[in-house]
Amino acid sequence: MAEKHGPHASEKGKQDEQIVRNVIIPRRHPGRWIALVVLGLLGIEIGRSLLQNPNFHWDVFLQYLFAPTVIAGVGWTLFLTVTAMALAIICAGALILMRESDNPILRTTAWLWIWFFRGTPLYTQLLFWGLFAVLFPRLSISVPFGPEIFGVPTNWIITASVAAILGLGLNESAYLAEIFRAGFKSISPGQTEAAQAIGMSRGRIWWRILLPQAMRTIIPPTGNETIGMLKGTSLVLAVPFTLDLMFATNAIANRIYLPVPMLMVAGFWYLVVTSVLMIGQYYLERHFGKGQDVTGGRHV
Amino acid sequence: MSRVPVVSLEGIHKFFGTVHALRGVDLSIDRGEVCAVIGPSGSGKSTLMRCINQLETISAGRVRVNGELQGYDERDGRFHVLPPRRIDAQRRKTGMVFQQFNLFPHKTALQNVIEGPIQVNRQRRAEAVRLGMGLLDRVGLSHLADRYPSQMSGGQQQRVAIARALAMEPEIMLFDEPTSALDPELVGEVLDVIKDLARNGMTMMLVTHEIGFAREVADHLVFMDQGCVVEHGKPLDLLDNPQHARTRAFLSKVL
Ligand SMILES: Nc1ncnc2c1ncn2[C@@H]1O[C@H](COP(=O)(O)OP(=O)(O)O)[C@@H](O)[C@H]1O
Ligand SMILES: [Mg+2]
Repeated sequence: MAEKHGPHASEKGKQDEQIVRNVIIPRRHPGRWIALVVLGLLGIEIGRSLLQNPNFHWDVFLQYLFAPTVIAGVGWTLFLTVTAMALAIICAGALILMRESDNPILRTTAWLWIWFFRGTPLYTQLLFWGLFAVLFPRLSISVPFGPEIFGVPTNWIITASVAAILGLGLNESAYLAEIFRAGFKSISPGQTEAAQAIGMSRGRIWWRILLPQAMRTIIPPTGNETIGMLKGTSLVLAVPFTLDLMFATNAIANRIYLPVPMLMVAGFWYLVVTSVLMIGQYYLERHFGKGQDVTGGRHV
Repeated sequence: MSRVPVVSLEGIHKFFGTVHALRGVDLSIDRGEVCAVIGPSGSGKSTLMRCINQLETISAGRVRVNGELQGYDERDGRFHVLPPRRIDAQRRKTGMVFQQFNLFPHKTALQNVIEGPIQVNRQRRAEAVRLGMGLLDRVGLSHLADRYPSQMSGGQQQRVAIARALAMEPEIMLFDEPTSALDPELVGEVLDVIKDLARNGMTMMLVTHEIGFAREVADHLVFMDQGCVVEHGKPLDLLDNPQHARTRAFLSKVL
């Protein structure tokens, strides 16, 4: 215990002079260099064959990259994506509350909704929304089995863009509802019990305790869905809705008989928007990872 | 001081499907009393405690806190379920500390403690923070107020959980095996906090396997087996002179 040469005796006061830090030689990674060279050469070769290939018509690509209908198409596609996702998130939130409620009628309704919208093709649903004004020419509020109180022609309300948003959004809500449910299920029941034990109401428990935790698991697949929705907007042609990016580039391609550069234009803009969405997702994930994705103390 | 016990249980039965988890439990806990519950695993200790703050609904009997029937309005011999608002209000009177801590992982220690006062009691934030820091100080953790649960040891987490329950100023604190999930060297710090509460007159019910601790702090010791209270009384009497064969068998295993 009292020995002068025990580990504690030599520790104190000598840290700065006496500790010889380990000299660390990093492991060599020759494979990485080989991979770099091979992939670099491949990349250069592919890039060269693309850029120098006259069939790609890069001059046409540049000419139409910022064409007014293309830029408007990007705007419409973004607008459809954002509004349809917003509608889907609101519906999915309602669906998940309905599914977890004590009320058997609400539970069944939510189940049927998810069953229907997941079980039928999106294209078919969009066609249906496009035909809605034909099937139901007037939207009205009336006494059940009695006279009409108030009504308007359907095509005043269900315009092509509304039909597109309804079609995309309602279909998506069914998928999001399942993603949300999985997110809430991943939380231990102890969290609800702890919140109940301090007397929190059910709504508050959902909003303040469960939702922030569920967000961690909900965000990555919802990001996937958003990107899927972005590209899914090209299906609104079924409504028919004719202002989105894909329709705009196709229209130009058909006019100038050059499909390839216009496909590249569309691809370019989809990539740009997707990149922006991914940045947003990164910040959302960081926000909701608070306290749980702790990186402190990890060896970098 | 009033004669009404803080908690009184009258003929509590609980069925989980066909499992008869509680078979007619009668028990009462007076103000300032520390009641320790011991018994083999599966004897219904947790279930009994969860019935008191309505995490479980009872199948028969009555739970009263300060004389008020919990969960129901009894009229014409029938039990009418109370609206959620009333049940939440009743739950506030009982603080619960869980074996697995159940801290909110997305909130810091302080945020865990002030969640109830702000969200439920509608306290002003500054006031809640002051109260919360005081409670964290009381459990010896005011220097870790900004840590998230994942950055604290089990013992520290459990002490924060105790502070969170205390923040609601409950009539009674319920502890369900508060040290069973802890490494042995961390048990002491949590027991010290509980001991301190006992000294300060907090009414408590404590399920524990720490028989020595129960002997030290409890005013009343209850032995449960197979859903029944087999025996109860002063800790020294019960531990040193058990009347029932089942109590003797259990004690011989754990002492
Ligand atoms: N949610 C539940 N569903 C079904 N059975 C349960 C449930 N909770 C507890 N039980 C049963 O009730 C009995 C008492 O359990 P519990 O109160 O946890 O015992 P203890 O805390 O004394 O170990 C056990 O037989 C257990 O299997
Ligand atoms: Mg238990």
